[in-house]
Amino acid sequence: MNTKSIRNDWQLIESLIQENAKVLDIGCGEGGLINQLESNIMADTRGIEIDPKLARKAIASGHNVVEGNAEKDLNQFSNQSFDYVILSQTLQAMIRPKEMLIELLRIGNKAIVSFPNFGHWKIRSQLMLKGKMPVTNNLPYSWYDTPNIHFFTIKDFQQLCKELNIIIEKSIGLTSAGKQFIIKENSFGINLYTSEAIFLLSYKKYEPIKIQATKKSFVNSSVVTS
Amino acid sequence: MVDYGIKIETNLKLDCEIAYFSKANFVIDSGYKFDDFKIAYKTFGKINNDKTNVIFICHALTGDQFVSGKNPLTNKDGWWDRMVGPNKPIDTNKYYVICSNVLGGCIGSTGPKEKNFITGKPFGTEFPSITIRDIVKAQKYLIDALKIDKIFAIIGGSMGAMQVLQWTIDYPEKLLNAIHIAGALKHSAQNIAFHEVGRQAIMNDQSWNKGNYYFENTKPERGLSVARMIAHITYLSDDAMHRKFGRKLQSRDIISFGFDADFQIESYLRYQGKSFVDRFDANSYLYLTRSMDYFDVVEKFKQLIEYPVTNNQHINYLIISFTSDWLFPTRENKQIVDILNYNTRKVSFTEIETDKGHDSFLLDEPEFDKTISGFLDSKYKKLIG
Repeated sequence: MNTKSIRNDWQLIESLIQENAKVLDIGCGEGGLINQLESNIMADTRGIEIDPKLARKAIASGHNVVEGNAEKDLNQFSNQSFDYVILSQTLQAMIRPKEMLIELLRIGNKAIVSFPNFGHWKIRSQLMLKGKMPVTNNLPYSWYDTPNIHFFTIKDFQQLCKELNIIIEKSIGLTSAGKQFIIKENSFGINLYTSEAIFLLSYKKYEPIKIQATKKSFVNSSVVTS
Repeated sequence: MVDYGIKIETNLKLDCEIAYFSKANFVIDSGYKFDDFKIAYKTFGKINNDKTNVIFICHALTGDQFVSGKNPLTNKDGWWDRMVGPNKPIDTNKYYVICSNVLGGCIGSTGPKEKNFITGKPFGTEFPSITIRDIVKAQKYLIDALKIDKIFAIIGGSMGAMQVLQWTIDYPEKLLNAIHIAGALKHSAQNIAFHEVGRQAIMNDQSWNKGNYYFENTKPERGLSVARMIAHITYLSDDAMHRKFGRKLQSRDIISFGFDADFQIESYLRYQGKSFVDRFDANSYLYLTRSMDYFDVVEKFKQLIEYPVTNNQHINYLIISFTSDWLFPTRENKQIVDILNYNTRKVSFTEIETDKGHDSFLLDEPEFDKTISGFLDSKYKKLIG
């Protein structure tokens, strides 16, 4: 049975994940996305959620969810224990987004990050024409009560990934009308009309270098290579 | 096949079943061997054909098998009647609930006040020191006697939570789901300290008579009631006490300038102490508090969970704590969650916000009920398809 996505980025997130993968959803809410991933692609899921009421709703619907703060409590997950770690629409609300990004790829082999693009033309024009902090459908909060404390654009994010040696495997943009497209680096205009972006991230995988042992150099030592 | 004797009888006075084990060769942690012992238990609901709907509930320190319905000894509702019963969060229309009196207890199971089958006299302090592991081992005897292969869910709070952890360590293959409420991997120094004060109160009561009071006219009632008063404080919270009693005076308008129960809280504690001695045995209190003090599975649990090929990977854990519980605080419960998550086990965790302290799990907390029933029902639905 195909569970329909409630949010338009969830379908895209699902398309980035392989079947039967082990997935951690950070800020999983009442478990909507993990529910979708469990029933559609048989993912083995875990979730962490800061709001106790939402966490309990997720638990009561049968998901493995722990109540916790993503900025303090991720150390309970061990290195590379998940295939994918998802951070959907929350990076901009983190106190230390850079450390969060590093943490995602410590726990997961790959990370999926989605965020609202502050470089969207509507936001730019509001700031330029009205001279006030922008309020849009996608970012509906006033400056004083917004949970979003770190605004950034697609360009900013690409730059940070470069700085951290993180590889962008895939990136997908969504316009405010819900149209999706592949984000290419330096493609003109993308930063203007993407309202929401989803990135699939990983570190470069290095192939181990194989050294052929010669009997001459190792014959008398205790070093054994295979 | 078992090589020991099992006999199950209905006890009319206690309105429950008692399983008698003979030639059981049940060796406990201290090295003592029980050849004959008995476990009193009560069941609620009906077992289904495949025996897949069994829920085993482990009671806390002063609890008993009367988890639901009327307690025949006190004539009051069972200790978790709010939670267990038809159409209640643990719905006995659906599940078959078993609750047994712990080994060392005083409501029908083998314990200090029961007759030693060898000497024919009550054990008293001849009763061997027992551990949570022994208590669980005795429960396993019962589950085997009832020919139950898999327990759908094991549930317990406080000392019951310790038993839940011990079950997941010793008999994981028997379990599918484990709900651990307000417990810890070890009994803390502060908790041991409170228990020690309680035990000293009992043992310093002249009527305790080194544990031999079963044939005397008096029981160590004063000692036991003081022990209960101390313990009861630890089950509440400062805020809850303030909300409920404040500095309100008891049946008077002015203070008495004496040592009567001027304050409502004093009168409440005295009542709690007094009503406790009618239903609980002082020696049992000594033995069971001791079994909690000895509980420490920090290393054992860690090793077990870290070991890659254990047979407990299938267990779904639910850990619940309460914000105002200072006896088994959230951080101690969280330790279990951290170990499980670090090893990518299946665990859920929530902290319920309440000012009612450690006893919250016995009291009306709708969010707590919803979490437990939702957890059980969703897992059960998955199981039976």
